[in-house]
Amino acid sequence: MASLDRVKVLVLGDSGVGKSSLVHLLCQNQVLGNPSWTVGCSVDVRVHDYKEGTPEEKTYYIELWDVGGSVGSASSVKSTRAVFYNSVNGIIFVHDLTNKKSSQNLRRWSLEALNRDLVPTGVLVTNGDYDQEQFADNQIPLLVIGTKLDQIHETKRHEVLTRTAFLAEDFNPEEINLDCTNPRYLAAGSSNAVKLSRFFDKIPGFPDRKRFGAGTLKSLHYD
Amino acid sequence: MSFLIDSSIMITSQILFFGFGWLFFMRQLFKDYEIRQYVVQVIFSVTFAFSCTMFELIIFEILGVLNSSSRYFHWKMNLCVILLILVFMVPFYIGYFIVSNIRLLHKQRLLFSCLLWLTFMYFFWKLGDPFPILSPKHGILSIEQLISRVGVIGVTLMALLSGFGAVNCPYTYMSYFLRNVTDTDILALERRLLQTMDMIISKKKRMAMARRTMFQKGEVHNKPSGFWGMIKSVTTSASGSENLTLIQQEVDALEELSRQLFLETADLYATKRIEYSKTFKGKYFNFLGYFFSIYCVWKIFMATINIVFDRVGKTDPVTRGIEITVNYLGIQFDVKFWSQHISFILVGIIIVTSIRGLLITLTKFFYAISSSKSSNVIVLLLAQIMGMYFVSSVLLIRMSMPLEYRTIITEVLGELQFNFYHRWFDVIFLVSALSSILFLYLAHKQAPEKQMAP
Repeated sequence: MASLDRVKVLVLGDSGVGKSSLVHLLCQNQVLGNPSWTVGCSVDVRVHDYKEGTPEEKTYYIELWDVGGSVGSASSVKSTRAVFYNSVNGIIFVHDLTNKKSSQNLRRWSLEALNRDLVPTGVLVTNGDYDQEQFADNQIPLLVIGTKLDQIHETKRHEVLTRTAFLAEDFNPEEINLDCTNPRYLAAGSSNAVKLSRFFDKIPGFPDRKRFGAGTLKSLHYD
Repeated sequence: MSFLIDSSIMITSQILFFGFGWLFFMRQLFKDYEIRQYVVQVIFSVTFAFSCTMFELIIFEILGVLNSSSRYFHWKMNLCVILLILVFMVPFYIGYFIVSNIRLLHKQRLLFSCLLWLTFMYFFWKLGDPFPILSPKHGILSIEQLISRVGVIGVTLMALLSGFGAVNCPYTYMSYFLRNVTDTDILALERRLLQTMDMIISKKKRMAMARRTMFQKGEVHNKPSGFWGMIKSVTTSASGSENLTLIQQEVDALEELSRQLFLETADLYATKRIEYSKTFKGKYFNFLGYFFSIYCVWKIFMATINIVFDRVGKTDPVTRGIEITVNYLGIQFDVKFWSQHISFILVGIIIVTSIRGLLITLTKFFYAISSSKSSNVIVLLLAQIMGMYFVSSVLLIRMSMPLEYRTIITEVLGELQFNFYHRWFDVIFLVSALSSILFLYLAHKQAPEKQMAP
């Protein structure tokens, strides 16, 4: 399959922040009843209306690749994970609002994912330095999602919501904070849903891709 | 006066151990988590500090540091504190944190954690019945009762871990050095993995499209109403949702396959990395591997001999070594002087390697199974295991020391049947080693079969 046909978005973050629940909510509009450990990578598909509400509205598939694991994994696991980072069109970083370390680890996750193209296949080597210039010409749109909002008390909300400000200097990502067990955070028309649509619309090259209706009948024949 | 000096030395060292446990907890174990309950960190560090103090007292015993009466006093005090922690505090807090995780019982946390603790105490007490570990002249609430039970659990744990380690070590070295992993193997597996992911994606796209069309036609939340509704639901939506369930089953099977492929690829990467060190470091690794493999096989052999010939070693290795050198090699030297230093070195090595080995194993175990919800409970469980492990190490280390140093341990721990513990250790060690051999053999047989499947 040519790479133009695919819209691939990675969902990255520490173990236990709620990536699988989030992906389930985004793709099936339902809350995930029994979350369990993600081994390897789990994929789900979201149907997205590009430029919804305008005359140029088109519908596309977006693949959400939910990669499991932690930043501190053995290098063999990191090398295996790296195979999923090929030809990525967008990245969603997920962190847990009740756990400070998970937002600090986002920096290392961005290193791991965005440095992928600079490292030849084989043993993955990073020295952990954060070189801001490497990300200067980064074209991939990014989104930061904070989960477990319901477990944060009202008074602490402000302090918690400013934790990811450090990412804004380098990436200028969009930010959404929600609770994955409550679908109303992403209800149609809410500001979160608008931000989400805007993020997906930013993925470049939509008009070149095969459309939802046309391409699917022909390209679904390798079972 | 000297008692005060000795006590201050002991307390300083205890504070040092406490600090080390604190740092280890913060830097290693809880690297990826935010520490919210400081109680857990305190308990872990305290358990670690008192366990290390026991080893320190053994070393002091051998070296003859400090006054012997103050040593005895500190032994007794240390033992009481450790038993208090292991039997009362840690189990209670484990119960408390388990109950806190369950939302239903949140209101009456204390009550339920007390109930859990009482259940633990009941089983803990019952544990002592089938074992011939006590002489009848001890009272019900004496230290000996508690120590004997803690000793049984700890010795079982030690034997299980040692047995598995003794088998796993040669197996790992053998499999890493006998398997030849090439880049093409890894690339082939990766390609298969990506192909599986593509298949999953195409099926999910079909499902998403079907669901969306169903939703747009308003069929999803339809309850069949009336007679015609029921007929309609039998013919039309049956095909729609039945199709979905079929595809969902295929997707589940494919996802399971993708997980296995991921794990196999990670395994191959790990093997390949070892091969990269064909340099000096690699040769050193290789040599260590052979040495430890031989040592493990020898240990298993010795355990079998001990059980078959029904003997428990009476003399420790140091005295026996000295006897051999004096009698057979005719070298005369000051036995008392050398036996003290050699046993100090030997016991020191045993202590350090067992502490280090335990901490590394605990860390690996913790990384593998903890999540942000259960991290507190798991750390406390590990603290409990660590405490019991160290107490039983003290029990077993008695065998490695010359007679004059054994007395303090015998005095402090009371009249325990030490021979029983050694026999028990050998039995469990052998059982664990044999079952690990069986387990690894079965796992190994399954792997090549999987790789042959298309």
